[in-house]
Parts: sequence; C-alpha cells; structure tokens
Amino acid sequence: MKILEINHCKKQFDGVEVLKDISLSVEEGQVVSIIGPSGSGKSTLLRCATLLETMDGGDLIYLGDYACKNVDDKAVYSSQEELKKIKSNYGLVFQNFNLFPHYSVMKNITEAPMLVQKRNKDEVYAEAKVLLKKMGLEDKENAYPYQLSGGQQQRVSIARALAMNPKILFFDEPTSALDPELTGEILKVIKDLAAEHMTMVIVTHEMSFARDVSNHIIFMDGGVIVEEGKPEDVINHPTQERTKLFLSRFQN
Amino acid sequence: MSFSSMMIQLVGGFERSVLIFALTLLFSLPLGLVVAFCRMSKFKPLSSLTKIIISILRGTPLMLQLFAWFYGPFYIFNIKLTTSYRLVAIIIGFSVNYAAYFAEIYRSGIESIPVGQYEAANVLGYSKSQTFSRIIFPQMVKRVIPPVTNEVITLVKDTSLAFAIAYTEMFTIAKQIAAANASVVPLFAAGVFYFVFNFVVAKVMELFEKKLSYYR
Repeated sequence: MKILEINHCKKQFDGVEVLKDISLSVEEGQVVSIIGPSGSGKSTLLRCATLLETMDGGDLIYLGDYACKNVDDKAVYSSQEELKKIKSNYGLVFQNFNLFPHYSVMKNITEAPMLVQKRNKDEVYAEAKVLLKKMGLEDKENAYPYQLSGGQQQRVSIARALAMNPKILFFDEPTSALDPELTGEILKVIKDLAAEHMTMVIVTHEMSFARDVSNHIIFMDGGVIVEEGKPEDVINHPTQERTKLFLSRFQN
Repeated sequence: MSFSSMMIQLVGGFERSVLIFALTLLFSLPLGLVVAFCRMSKFKPLSSLTKIIISILRGTPLMLQLFAWFYGPFYIFNIKLTTSYRLVAIIIGFSVNYAAYFAEIYRSGIESIPVGQYEAANVLGYSKSQTFSRIIFPQMVKRVIPPVTNEVITLVKDTSLAFAIAYTEMFTIAKQIAAANASVVPLFAAGVFYFVFNFVVAKVMELFEKKLSYYR
C-alpha cells in the first residue's frame, strides 16, 4: 500500500527554483533516505510533504487522499478540515528537536494525542510510558527539556511524534545537531523502528547509516533527483558523475 | 498640622493612587495583547494604523493625553460630563497609553519565540489558537516579565500625573499640604510611599519570575 505519493512537485522561493519536478512514492514499511549536498532541496521537499511549505505545483497524496492536487500546472490544496485529517497520518522529527521547553517530557508527548486526537488520558499516558521505556528514558518523564542532553531531547521528540501513531515518520537531519556519540544513540533508535517496519523518510548526511537502514536511497542535487535506487547501488556503485563526486569524500 | 493628620490625608491620596494603578493594569495588560495582535496582523491597513496609533501614544506626553481624554469630549464634541468622569478619563488615558507600551513588549516577546515551536505544533495538529494559547503565550509571558516590570514601576510613579486634571491622588495632596504648611515633609513622605510601593511591586514581579524559572 502506498503511504505517500508526491508527483511533479515544484517549489520556488522568490523566483529561485528549489524543487524542479520531484516525484517519489513510499510504500508501507519502506524506509527511504534522501541524501545530497546542502541547498539541494531535500529539506524543502520534506517541508512540502509535511505541509510546512506549500508547493507551487504537483500532487501530494497520503493513503489515497489528496492534500494537494495539480490543476492547470498549479498546486491546489484541500480544505483546512481535509488537511487536518491528513496531518494525522504523519509525524516529523526536526533537526533542532523543537520540544516545548515549558512542558515536562511527559506533557510534551501526551498533550497532542489528548488535545488533537481527543484520546483518553489514561490510555495516552500508558502508551507514553511504553514509548519512554523504548527510548530508554523511563526515569525522565518529569524532567524538562533543558535538563536533557541533545540525544535525550531528540529521543523525546521521536517519542512525541510516535505518540500520535503516525503511518509515516519524517526525519529532517535528526542527528545534525548532535556530536558523534549522541548521533549513534539516535541512529540506533531509528534502526529499531525500521526493524519494526515503521514507514520512514529520512533526510540525512550519515551515509553508512542511510545505506544500512533504508530500502531505497534518493540522491538530490539542484532541486532534482539525480539518482535513486537500492542503497548498495547508490552508495557503493553510483552511476552519475554528480553522485560519485558527492560520495567520493565518504568512500575515502 | 500634626504628623498623624498629614499621614491620614496622604494615605487617603495613596488609596486613590493605588486605584489608578490597579485599574490601569487591569485594563492595559489585556488591551496590550489585542493591540499587539493588530500590530502583527497580516492585514496591512490594520497593522499600519496600529503602528501610527502606537507611535502617537508613545510620542506625546501622557499628561497631554490625559487632557485630551478629559477635556476632549466637551471641547470637540460638546458633550457635557459630570465630575465623576475625571477618574474615567484618567483610567482611559493611562490604560490606552500603557497598552501601547505593553503591546510592543508583547510583540517583541512573541516574535522572539523560535519558528520551530510553531512548526512542531503545526505538525502535531494544533490549531492556530491552540498553538498560541498553549505553546507561544506561556513562553512569551516568561520572556516579557523583566520589561513589563519596568513599565509597572514607571506606572506607580506616573499615577502622580493625574494631578494635571485635578484628581486628588497622593502627590496632589502632598503638594497641597506642603504649600499650606511651608514644609517639605509631606513631599518627602510621599516619596517614601512611592518607593515602598515600588519595592513591593518589584518583589511581586520577582516572585512571578521565580515561579516561571522551572524551565529555560
């Protein structure tokens, strides 16, 4: 089953084309990594997919429901109500965590399921405790974000996203704000999620991680998909010159 | 005049000063938020108009504004008002003036919240009003306490401006007693009153700040 489908996504900022005709689809249980140099448009693509940016043209479809449809070469978005429904399908983990600093860890995780999804408090709290345990943070439920390390904060933000029971989880450079040691602990969490067949799209600069964790890799540059395919092929045997150049540093 | 009778009169005036202070805060703190919203509105005419009004309120003396609110209705619109309107004019004048300052303080507080907070709330499905009331507003309050404290302390002293339209608050009374008795003691006593009041105000604001220091 297709969880996410993006067709011919176009986006420009002040006349500069950042995304030129990007199409991709993600099947249930698939892990897709997007790699590429800074400014290649990968974060913008993720922001378009999570409705933090509006695309200028193209389709955005979650589980068959159109969030945005291409009409006369223009992206036409669905009603606010429809979009709200579609939003419940995905979660996003940010590079800078973006936890709510005035909330305890527990409240960070539990408020949205109760407030937005109107779920029962006992059930949400029980689920949050399970998630915290899974993230190795069972003793931190009453802590505030500033009391946690970057790696711990990122694990809380992953738990916060998972508490909404999303069908697909997006990661926007989840380890870029962390040192190598903390990076390792986040990558392990994502690997565990992959083992549980969580559908994920990950924008990352961790090449070997991308190769190990994903089923499909997309290399982007200059707002287009330069090369995509199986991880071993793209990372170890790239065919495009641009991909080879980008990966040369990594392979050495 | 004996010291005790002077004190009784001063305390009577002090009560009126406190009344101006309390009512002004009661109205201007929330009004400031409304003005801040207008100022930040995406509807250009509204935000521009608000900007002009704020600049007039901040750019002219509060004393002049009190005159305008008190005498304006009669001289401009020929509306006859009773003497009880004196206090109303003072409260309107103070509240509107302070709302302009608070609005700019709130605006700076709101705009200092990282955009990531809005984005995180958006992705989690919070509505715009939920995002403001639950995520942005509480963090803004913490950030604006120091500048708001400044304004509140200034307000304590500004209540003395009410003498301009002959409202007998503490400073007016102190001046009257001082003139009648050729003594500076009443003025000095009034100064002590203002200082002690502000000392309490600062302590209370410190308490608020402490209460919100559970997170960073």
